[in-house]
Amino acid sequence: MEVAGLLFLSSGLYMGWSLGANDAANIFGAAVGTRMIPFRSAAVICAVFITLGAVISGAGAAEGLSRLGAVNTLAGAFVVSGAAATTVMWMTRVGLPVSTTQAIVGAIVGWNLYSGSPTDSTALSKIVGTWVYGPILGAAIAFVLFFVVRTVLRRVKVHLITLDKYTRFAMIFAGAFGAYSLGANNMANVVGVFVPVSPFRDFTFMGLTMTGVQQLFLVGGLATAVGVATYSKKVMMTIGAHLYKLSPITAIVVIVSTATVLFLFASEGLKLWLDSMGLPSFPLVPVSQSQAAVGSVIGVSLAKGGRNLNLVLLRHIFVGWVATPVAAAILCYVALFFMQNVFMQTVYR
Amino acid sequence: MRPRFEALGGIFTSRTKSLQLEMDRYFSLIDEGVLMLQEGIKRYLEDRVDEFELKSREIDVVEHEADKLRRQIKHRLYSEMLIPDSRGDVLGLLETLDNVLDDTKHVMQQFSIEKPQIPEFIREDFRELNEVTVKSVLELTLAVRAFFREVYRVTEHLDKVHFWEYEADKIEQRLKRAVFASEEIELLSERVHLRYFAGRLSRVADQAEDVAERLSVYAIKRHM
Repeated sequence: MEVAGLLFLSSGLYMGWSLGANDAANIFGAAVGTRMIPFRSAAVICAVFITLGAVISGAGAAEGLSRLGAVNTLAGAFVVSGAAATTVMWMTRVGLPVSTTQAIVGAIVGWNLYSGSPTDSTALSKIVGTWVYGPILGAAIAFVLFFVVRTVLRRVKVHLITLDKYTRFAMIFAGAFGAYSLGANNMANVVGVFVPVSPFRDFTFMGLTMTGVQQLFLVGGLATAVGVATYSKKVMMTIGAHLYKLSPITAIVVIVSTATVLFLFASEGLKLWLDSMGLPSFPLVPVSQSQAAVGSVIGVSLAKGGRNLNLVLLRHIFVGWVATPVAAAILCYVALFFMQNVFMQTVYR
Repeated sequence: MRPRFEALGGIFTSRTKSLQLEMDRYFSLIDEGVLMLQEGIKRYLEDRVDEFELKSREIDVVEHEADKLRRQIKHRLYSEMLIPDSRGDVLGLLETLDNVLDDTKHVMQQFSIEKPQIPEFIREDFRELNEVTVKSVLELTLAVRAFFREVYRVTEHLDKVHFWEYEADKIEQRLKRAVFASEEIELLSERVHLRYFAGRLSRVADQAEDVAERLSVYAIKRHM
C-alpha cells in the first residue's frame, strides 16, 4: 500500500478516534463514572467488541451509506471524512449535541454537491428516516424493557448487595453488546466512505481470508480503540455524573435499548431472516447512537410516568438533525475546493 | 491486581453473601437491644430490679457488638467498593440506626444509675410508653430490611413508625401532665426527675422517626 493511501486514511482514523473518545463513553459512562467498573476493564471490553462488531457486521451499514454517494477518489474520501470529524469535534467543543452519523451524511451530501453527483433521494430519505425512527424505537424499547426489569426485580426480591453484583455483571454484558453494536453500525461512519477506494487488498493467512474491506474495518476499529484508551475516560466521568441520575439499573436499560437500536440497523443476519419470513426489515444504515440514547432516556422517563421528562433533550435531537449535517456539508464543500485548487488533488472523477 | 478483581463485583466469591449476613445480624442486634429495653423496663416497673439489672448489662454487650459490626460493615463497603451509588445512604442509615441503639442503652443505664421512684398511678403510662417506643423501633428495622430487599414496601413500614412515634409523643405528654398535676408527688425535683425519664424513653421513638425520615428519602432515590 502506498504511503499516500495511509495519509489519506488518516482522516478516517481521526474519525475513529473521535468515535472511540465520545460514543464509546456513552456505553460505559454510567459504569465507569460511578466506579462500578474500573476504566481499564471497560476500555478493554469496549475496544475488543467495537472492533469485533466492525469486522463481523460493519459492512451492511457501510453499504447503506455508500448508496448515498460513492466518493470515488481517496483524496475525496479524505476530505469527506475529515470534514465530518472536524464538525463532530467542533460541535463537541462548543457543547452542541452531535452525532457522527449526521456529520458523515452531511459531508457526503457536500461531496455530491461539489462533484455534481446526484444525491440518491431514496437512500437519503431512508437514512434521514432512521434519524426519526432511531430515537422513537429507542424510546419504545426502553419503555418496555423498563417494565420488564422492574417486574422481575419485584418478583425476585434480591438484596441490595447482590443486586449490586448483578448490576455490574449486567453493565459488562450491556457494555459489550453496546460496543459490538456501535462497531457494527457506526464504523460505517468512520471508514464507510473509504470502502469504494480502499487501499487494502484481500489476503489469506492460514487458510483464512480477510477481505480488503474487513481490513479497513479492522483499522477503523483499532483507531476507535485508541480513542477509547486515550480520551474516553474524561468523557465517561462527565457522562457518569450526568446520566447516572437515572440509577444504575435504568442506565443499563438505556444502554441495552440503545445498543438494540444500533444492532437492528446493522445486522445483516437479522435482515435476511426477517426478509425470508416476509416481515418488514430494518434498512442497514448508520443511525445516531447518541440520539438513540436520548430516545431511550425519554422512554424510561415516560415509563416512570413522564414526571422527569426533560424536553430540552428533544430540542437537542432536532438541533442534531439540522445543524450537524448542514455544518458538515458546508465544511466539506469548502474543504473540497481547497483540496482541488490549492493542493491539486483529484477529489472526484 | 487484587483490587481491580474485587472491583468487578466479587463475582467469583460469596463475599456479598457474608456482607448481607453481617447486615442482617446488625439489624437483629438493634431488635434485640430494643426488646431488652422492653423487658428491662417492664421488670423495673414490676420492682424486679435484679432482673432489670441483668437486662441492662446484656444491652451493653449487644450495643458493643453492634458497634463493632457497624465498623466492620463500613470498612467492607469501602474497601470492597460495593454499591457505590447507594453506599453513602447505607452508611448514613447504619450510623443513625446506631443512635437508636445508643439511646436505648442510655435509657437503661439511667434507670440503673438513678433508680427513679415511679408512683403507682403513672406506672401504666410508663408501661404503655415503653411498649409504643419499642414498636416504633421494631417497625423501623422492618422498613430498613425492606429497603434492602423490597424497596417499594418501605413506605408502609415507615407509616407505622410515624404512627407509633406520634403515639409515644401523646403518652409522654399525658404522663408529664399527670406528674405535674399530681399532689401525690410532693417534691419538684421528683417531678422533674420523672419528666426526664418520660422524655428519655420517648426520645428513642424520636430517633426512630429521624431514621425513618432519612430512609424515606433513600427509598425514593432507589426506586427505579
